[in-house]
Amino acid sequence: MTAAATIRLTVNGEARSLPGGVTLTEVVTELSAAPSGVAAAVNEAVVPRSQWDATVLSDADRVEILTAVQGG
Amino acid sequence: MADDLLTIADRTFSSRLIMGTGGAPSLEVLEQALRTSGTELTTVAMRRINPAARGSVLEVLQRCGIGVLPNTAGCFTAGEAVLTARLSREALGTNWVKLEVIADERTLLPDPIELLDAAETLVDDGFVVLPYTNDDPVLARKLEDVGCAAVMPLGSPIGSGLGIRNPHNFQLIVEQANVPVILDAGAGTASDVALAMELGCAAVMLATAVTRAQEPALMAEAMRKAVEAGRLAHRAGRIPKRFHAEASSPMEGRASFDPEAPAF
Repeated sequence: MTAAATIRLTVNGEARSLPGGVTLTEVVTELSAAPSGVAAAVNEAVVPRSQWDATVLSDADRVEILTAVQGG
Repeated sequence: MADDLLTIADRTFSSRLIMGTGGAPSLEVLEQALRTSGTELTTVAMRRINPAARGSVLEVLQRCGIGVLPNTAGCFTAGEAVLTARLSREALGTNWVKLEVIADERTLLPDPIELLDAAETLVDDGFVVLPYTNDDPVLARKLEDVGCAAVMPLGSPIGSGLGIRNPHNFQLIVEQANVPVILDAGAGTASDVALAMELGCAAVMLATAVTRAQEPALMAEAMRKAVEAGRLAHRAGRIPKRFHAEASSPMEGRASFDPEAPAF
């Protein structure tokens, strides 16, 4: 694997090195097997679930993956 | 009560108690308290997914048939709140949001300027916005003007249990509002909730008072009854307060006794 094939990005605040071409779907399913009740944003923009497969992540992307927890 | 429904935007509720889910020691305790409270709408927060988490508050709400109301707790700017609301809509499939934009962690008081800004943006984006606001009649009116579906003034700081510090402001807010006014934050015990309803609030939102009570399910029952009692009292129309006594038994027709004659 060449250096260019690896991208560095943050997922939920954590620095990650992932293979180039990785999609949002792959990153989300790594954290949650059945991601119902989950939403994702890349660089402060919501990515609808229907576009996760088509969303190829880039170097320096900031990915946030949220779900509902106890609160309020 | 079947003949006295709460309407917010396009939905009606027979319970006027909106619950939060924060602070419960376990999901089991939470579920018991929610069921006892009779609530039909309950808030959740949006946070980073934790792969190690066991059980889910969403499963509890689903099992109980309770509607989910995502909040934007922890947001300090309009931008953060708007993005969090959009994420909650995507994650939970609801365009309802309890909008919170706080100014600092010490007081957790709303930042009125950021709040109004976020409310306007979210209403324009098609959200049903229920804003957590200061007990400020002017801000409440402005939030209604930009299209909020309710206003949720605080009785006192979140989690403080100090009740309604300024009942007069609540009366002013209720008097002018054309949307439901919902007490949010500050309720510590049943009498706080009854007072809110007596003042004309359409509903009460609380979490800590129940989830951190020594017996959450018992307090949930107390809150349910206090909401109902306060609402009934409000509808019934209380008597005016008087400085002096007013006898409820007639003075006419009393027997005539010699006040000096010893009876014992």
